Amino acid sequence: MQKSAPLSLQKIIKTTIAAAVVSASFIGFSHAEVGEPEKEDLKFGFIKLTDMAPLAVAYEKGYFEDEGLYVQLEAQANWKVLLDRVITGELDGAHMLAGQPLGATIGFGTKADIITAFSMDLNGNAITVSNDIWAQMKPHVPHKDGKPVHPIKADALKPVVDSYVDQGKPFNMGMVFPVSTHNYELRYWLAAGGIHPGYYAPHKGDTSGKIDADALLSVTPPPQMPSTMEAGTIYGYCVGEPWNQQAVFKGIGVPVVTDYEIWKNNPEKVFGVSKGWADEYPNTHIRVVKAMIRAAKWLDEENNKNRPEAVKILSKSQYVGADHDVIANSMTGTFEYEKGDKREVPDFNVFFRYNATYPYYSDAIWYLTQMRRWGQISDNKPDSWYMDIAKKVYRPDIYAIAAKELIADGVIDASEFPDFATESGFKPPQKHFIDNIVYDGSKPNAYLEKFSIGLKKDDKI
Amino acid sequence: MKDKLIHSLETVGLSPMVPVVRLASGENPKQQCTEIFERIGLPILAIALFLLLWSVSAAKVQTSLGTLPGPAQVWEQYQGLVVEHKEERAKEEAFYERQEARNAKKLAKNPDAEVKIRPYTGKETFFDQILTSLYTVFTGFILASLIAIPIGVACGLNKKLYGAVSPIIQILKPVSPLAWLPIVTMVVSAVYVSSDPMFSKSFVTSAITVTLCSLWPTLINTATGVASIDKDWLNVGRVIQLHWSKQVTKIAIPASLPMIFTGLRISLGIGWMVLIAAEMLAQNPGLGKFVWDEFQNGSSNSLGRIMVAVVVIGLIGYVLDWLMVSLQKIISHSSPESAR
Repeated sequence: MQKSAPLSLQKIIKTTIAAAVVSASFIGFSHAEVGEPEKEDLKFGFIKLTDMAPLAVAYEKGYFEDEGLYVQLEAQANWKVLLDRVITGELDGAHMLAGQPLGATIGFGTKADIITAFSMDLNGNAITVSNDIWAQMKPHVPHKDGKPVHPIKADALKPVVDSYVDQGKPFNMGMVFPVSTHNYELRYWLAAGGIHPGYYAPHKGDTSGKIDADALLSVTPPPQMPSTMEAGTIYGYCVGEPWNQQAVFKGIGVPVVTDYEIWKNNPEKVFGVSKGWADEYPNTHIRVVKAMIRAAKWLDEENNKNRPEAVKILSKSQYVGADHDVIANSMTGTFEYEKGDKREVPDFNVFFRYNATYPYYSDAIWYLTQMRRWGQISDNKPDSWYMDIAKKVYRPDIYAIAAKELIADGVIDASEFPDFATESGFKPPQKHFIDNIVYDGSKPNAYLEKFSIGLKKDDKI
Repeated sequence: MKDKLIHSLETVGLSPMVPVVRLASGENPKQQCTEIFERIGLPILAIALFLLLWSVSAAKVQTSLGTLPGPAQVWEQYQGLVVEHKEERAKEEAFYERQEARNAKKLAKNPDAEVKIRPYTGKETFFDQILTSLYTVFTGFILASLIAIPIGVACGLNKKLYGAVSPIIQILKPVSPLAWLPIVTMVVSAVYVSSDPMFSKSFVTSAITVTLCSLWPTLINTATGVASIDKDWLNVGRVIQLHWSKQVTKIAIPASLPMIFTGLRISLGIGWMVLIAAEMLAQNPGLGKFVWDEFQNGSSNSLGRIMVAVVVIGLIGYVLDWLMVSLQKIISHSSPESAR
């Protein structure tokens, strides 16, 4: 070291910059950069629901194109068509119900290997009943300051359902698909209030799920829920937005409870692709996940400041297409229950916060426990089986590669992701359920024992 | 000059304009004026009355998406669709520019990189959907004609053959497109497998469904037309020992052209109707999908947009029919008034 040479400030800055450049380029080389996409022209399917937003945003904001992907987004008629088209390869991937890849893998409904490396959002659903049913429920709902106290439990609905059962009339409700979040949420809420939603018995060929049921649940495509209820075919339904707010706007029904109140921050939709596709186009898959993580971040950024713009995108006819105001009602942190009763629900729609995009094994296992609880899985399964299926379908490994790329690119800070070195894929036991039952993903069978309604261990229909 | 103009007007189906021409040439003004009133004035009056009735009664129907749109709201929605179309075109241009920039960058980095320009990935506008539907219906219709006319001619010339296939035709003819569609969809997805298909599966499905539903009128009319040709003509052909192919092209087909065209005209009309239903049901691109998507959107504009589509579907159906009639008049040299 030369003592005589004074270290000028300028020199210090210069060397620091040089060091930074060297180290930055070193990091750049040290992580294996994702190669060119094997397939550049892609077609993704979605259902007209606000939680398809990450796809629309990734397209409109050019995130797909940044990854060298040319994506076409196509609305699908219903969840079955969507799943079938992913299986046949007409679609490269799709916005799916979290239960769909799991249901397909275990062979409930169509059997196929579908995987997911990206969870699209948390929450976003609600249960709506018709005005008539609400009028019958209301006397049983506790009130404070002239307004109903939320969350409203199914206890208030039970006397109504009982009166229908006594008169021998069926109490019909709608959900969107047998393995949908909505089916499990509606069942969870009903069962927590002592209303039996019925069992499935696929080994006997019964996939209607109405065995022993007090309330009969049937499948209705999301956009048709309000009109089906208006026609009187169903008395209530569980669906994603904007179809609950639509009922409020049309004055035909009252959303009584959001899924946020049934299970706080529950995983809702995932981005599903067929396993064959993912194996054939690994780079493409990682790039798709990258683009969608960016879109999810954009949606939640700086306290939801981009939500108004997102609402504008979603209200375009090629995406959700419902009226701007209807979509804005739930997307901007509020939710309108009974007409005029608008309340703050800042986390009604979560796309990125709380690691919403990370595919947790424990989330997958929760869905599997509900499939077992309602008989869609007919036999008792050991805990290890739940883990195996979760690992087969949920692919945090692919997510981690995409996230690390984004960190290396300097697009998203490492602190915004789970710590990949230590992440086990299991959330700590979750307490925020409407019936106060605690869920620990590592003990699925023990969890099933806690419910008073539902199949346990050796129960068989 | 005047007669020529009148003749061509009649050929292209603009016969209501004839009295105007006659009036302009000063021919019997009083009679021409009454004719103009009857042939132009009355239809305009009827349309005006219809629009009035529509707007008055629509305002009284309250749906969950607001009142039923009247003509004024439908016109408004139409203009909205035009604006949307223009915006989409602008986006398309930007898309290509971005793509070219990206390709250039890729080439600069690696001169051997393979680059290509992809078609626009954005949504199909209303007007794109119209073109898609027209393209599909003509493909299906031409396919149907290519099948129906030869079989029809063969059946017309040979009574035994006609008797043999007649039951099959009678059974297949009334089958609805809603029944054909699932079968066609399954068969196309099973058979039409290609890594780089020339046509998309949805297009093939729609076109084949159109073919299956629209080939019957042409087939039956052709057979009947050929069978009812004056037997002397065919006998003459036999006497002068015309080759059978000449007999078909020089005698059978020309003689039965009016009947064939009547069949084609019905076929095209059916094809157009079937196509819209098929597109709605199978979510295949086209006007039918547009209607279904709007129905699913459930926005306050949706009903108006669906009505725009309905009006356009009707107008196109009318134009298609008019096209076939004019074609028939030109090709068969029949008197314009006989083929109404």
